Amino acid sequence: MARTRRRARFTGYWLMLPSALWLALFFLVPFYSLIAMSLYDPEGSSLTGYDMTWHFANYVDVVQAYWRPLLRSFWYAALATLGCLLLGYVLAYAIAFKAGRWKNLMLVLVIAPFFTSFLIRTLSWKLILADDGWIVNTLQAVGILGPDGRLLATSFAVVMGLTYNFLPFMVLPLFASLDKIDHRLIEAAGDLYASPARGFFKVTLPLSMPGVVAGTLLTFIPAAGDYINSELLGSPNQRMIGNVIQNLFTNQGDYAAAGALSMTLMIIITIGVVLYIRRAGTEDLV
Amino acid sequence: MSPLQKVGRWIGEHLVLALGLLVLIYMFVPIAIVALMSFNDPSSRNVYKFDGFTLHNWLNPCEPSGMCASVVRSVEIGLLATLVATILGTLAAFALVRHRFAGRGPLNTLIILPMAAPEIVLGSSMLALFVSAGFGGKLGFVTIFIAHVTFCLSFVIITVRARLSGLDDNLEQAAMDLYATENQTFWRVTFPLVFPGILGAALLSFSLSFDDFIITNLNAGQTVTFPMYVWGVAQRGIPMQVNVIGTAMFVIAVTIVLGSEITRRRRAKAAA
Amino acid sequence: MSLVADHDSTTQDPTSAGRDLELRAVTKSYGAFTAVRSLDLVVPQGSFFALLGPSGCGKTTTLRMVAGLDTPTAGTISLGDREITYDKPYKRPVNTVFQNYALFPHLDISENVAFGLKRRGVKETKKAVAEMLALVELESQGSKKPYQLSGGQQQRVALARALINNPEVLLLDEPLGALDLKLRRGMQIELKRIQTEVGLTFVHVTHDQEEAMTMADTVAVMNAGVIEQMGAPSELYDNPATTFVANFLGQSNLLAGDILGPDGDVVKVSVQGTTVSIPIERCHSEGGKGWVGVRPEKVMIAEVGGEIDAPGNRFEGGVVTDVSFVGVSTQYLVRMPWGQELMVFEQNTGRRPILAVGTPVDLSWRPEYAFLLDASQDAKAGVEDGDD
Repeated sequence: MARTRRRARFTGYWLMLPSALWLALFFLVPFYSLIAMSLYDPEGSSLTGYDMTWHFANYVDVVQAYWRPLLRSFWYAALATLGCLLLGYVLAYAIAFKAGRWKNLMLVLVIAPFFTSFLIRTLSWKLILADDGWIVNTLQAVGILGPDGRLLATSFAVVMGLTYNFLPFMVLPLFASLDKIDHRLIEAAGDLYASPARGFFKVTLPLSMPGVVAGTLLTFIPAAGDYINSELLGSPNQRMIGNVIQNLFTNQGDYAAAGALSMTLMIIITIGVVLYIRRAGTEDLV
Repeated sequence: MSPLQKVGRWIGEHLVLALGLLVLIYMFVPIAIVALMSFNDPSSRNVYKFDGFTLHNWLNPCEPSGMCASVVRSVEIGLLATLVATILGTLAAFALVRHRFAGRGPLNTLIILPMAAPEIVLGSSMLALFVSAGFGGKLGFVTIFIAHVTFCLSFVIITVRARLSGLDDNLEQAAMDLYATENQTFWRVTFPLVFPGILGAALLSFSLSFDDFIITNLNAGQTVTFPMYVWGVAQRGIPMQVNVIGTAMFVIAVTIVLGSEITRRRRAKAAA
Repeated sequence: MSLVADHDSTTQDPTSAGRDLELRAVTKSYGAFTAVRSLDLVVPQGSFFALLGPSGCGKTTTLRMVAGLDTPTAGTISLGDREITYDKPYKRPVNTVFQNYALFPHLDISENVAFGLKRRGVKETKKAVAEMLALVELESQGSKKPYQLSGGQQQRVALARALINNPEVLLLDEPLGALDLKLRRGMQIELKRIQTEVGLTFVHVTHDQEEAMTMADTVAVMNAGVIEQMGAPSELYDNPATTFVANFLGQSNLLAGDILGPDGDVVKVSVQGTTVSIPIERCHSEGGKGWVGVRPEKVMIAEVGGEIDAPGNRFEGGVVTDVSFVGVSTQYLVRMPWGQELMVFEQNTGRRPILAVGTPVDLSWRPEYAFLLDASQDAKAGVEDGDD
């Protein structure tokens, strides 16, 4: 490709250097700092400073203390990912195969919610799901919710918020892999399999698996670490691990525990992602 | 085909599109509420519902104390972080697409990782660095800026790299064939063609930076960005002007994007 | 007479004598793979030269080395007495029409055409651009963007963009490959007209033998990195020197034979017991075994015992195994007693009915149309597997 142009041998290094340095200094080194912080002696405080004592017990302590929000985070993230997958697949499928000349416009609309603030959009749900809002009133009237039933401060609200906020991350990779599928394959499936449903499950779905894998990862990972939805739409009963970490850092100043908890989250996610990708058999996600 | 099958097929043809549109509507309901509330005349600060129509919020957007200052701060940080991330990221993208060098594999991983880690972990690790480097008490504009450049950088590299590797090699060769030196080829052909990608990366960077809360909140110290302002007032009662800012942002961004899409369509039409 | 703008340029006056393009022992290797093998080639100034070969034969690599987009591993390239082997592309008076045109999408048609002049510091390009667009009949399209033009129009813009620089050599890399058949035929005539009009050296790379033969004064048939044969199109077709050329340019029947030796100005060859004569200037084999080649349309066919208007010996015992009627002619496949199937194309003059499958027939041909090739060559070389 570039073989025709004789370039100085080191130009590539010079061009890469600033970014590589930046990422090393502000991504790799911080990671090292976080690992170190997670092993601080918990006796210290953010005011008096910490001693580095290779205190691995921090991990045991935080898991014992916070296993509920930790589990809840993964549970909520999984539910939200499932919700995103169902809604996102329908939307991505409609855009890829049914939108015709509106394809580009619909794609723009998928990203458009990003143009207003994440926080403001989430606050908007607070209004929609409010106790005296028409949704709650309607649900109460038809008896789905009891007279004092509410949506806000429930797991439903938090999962719904997560689903809402991370939906575009699911739609875009799904669309990308659906859009690549040759239309003739689907028509051929229509010939070979009697029902469109079987054609879908035998042809379209398997071919869109790379998008499913990428989309679920792009949804699950940020959802597991999010605390905005649980804070704004939930109650302390819906506390997720992000709330705990944020709180340990800024309110309690317990850096050792915060660091250990942050690392725990990262470790579990990394292991989960590796196992998931192995199982899904797709290595080339990005 | 039996009539039943026909009906089934018709539904199949249109049902998916209809469901897809419903999902889109779901995505836009909160934004519609934001726009609506920007015209709200609230009866009390604590009740968050539509009480009456007014233009007051739009005419006095800076009434709530500290809000406009936080918007200005977010814009400042956003512009600065975007500038730095775009320049560094563009150089790196050129290196990755146009040059062969050792360590590309690990570098590619290094670029993807910041996008793959949850924000809370990324934010924690930055804070860990700043604390251990003795900046724990000096968190603020600079630390936010550093954090924002870090997470924008990966997005810029990936975006520009995609544009650059999609560029037809023949165009640069044609330029050289037509008496353009290496420099002229770069500035007359390569750069103008990659520029839309760079611009897209910059817009993405700015919106990521402007909207970031989780990482910022950990590394902000006493500095208040717009998302942090919103977070703060969310507990006490939100001034309706927040919705004005949200709506304005949305309208501006949609105008830019739809504008370019319409131009593109018009061109395509003229070509047909 | 030149319609090309006579601006000041770094190129020499193209009418000065001895500005031939000359490649000497040019080799290009990529690691273990040799794309071009010690190529010697002289393209006379002002000629329309075609490099013809299947994909992967090294013709595009050769072109790119002349353009300066690739550097030879060994050998020299010169224009007249100036060596340009290692000159940068922008330093040589050579321009290229790229296969996919490579028009700059961000510039309009006029800007595309003016690009080369501007880079060489020509300030006033309007007139030259207008003249050039007139030459390719796109006067009214100057302010459009490339994507607004059809494939044929884009092709002509690419041509104008190269020609405006008044290069000494214009390289065309499969310039018509992306056009549909009808447009391609039209553009072939157009290109030939423009070349005659501007009088520049054109080097045209193509895999389409018909295209090469229609347009070029000289055709070089290239295969596996070497030039197999070079000459005027009719010469190559009538008297191919290798089995590759015999098969790649049109079709040939190749019959195994034992060379008996020269006899006056012919060489006698025994083919399956029948002795045939081949003019000595059409023999490309020294002795021993050889391939006797004859073009299908030169083979004459008659029912057993029927009259054949040829002085040569007859091959008897053939049976028609396939008949394709293609309007102007009929194409027969005839199985010979030794098992080989020969192709016979016969004009549909209406002199006698078309022969049916299974008809026993005799074949013959005029000796002056046969050629003799080296038996060490693969009889299937250059046979196109499927038309493109």
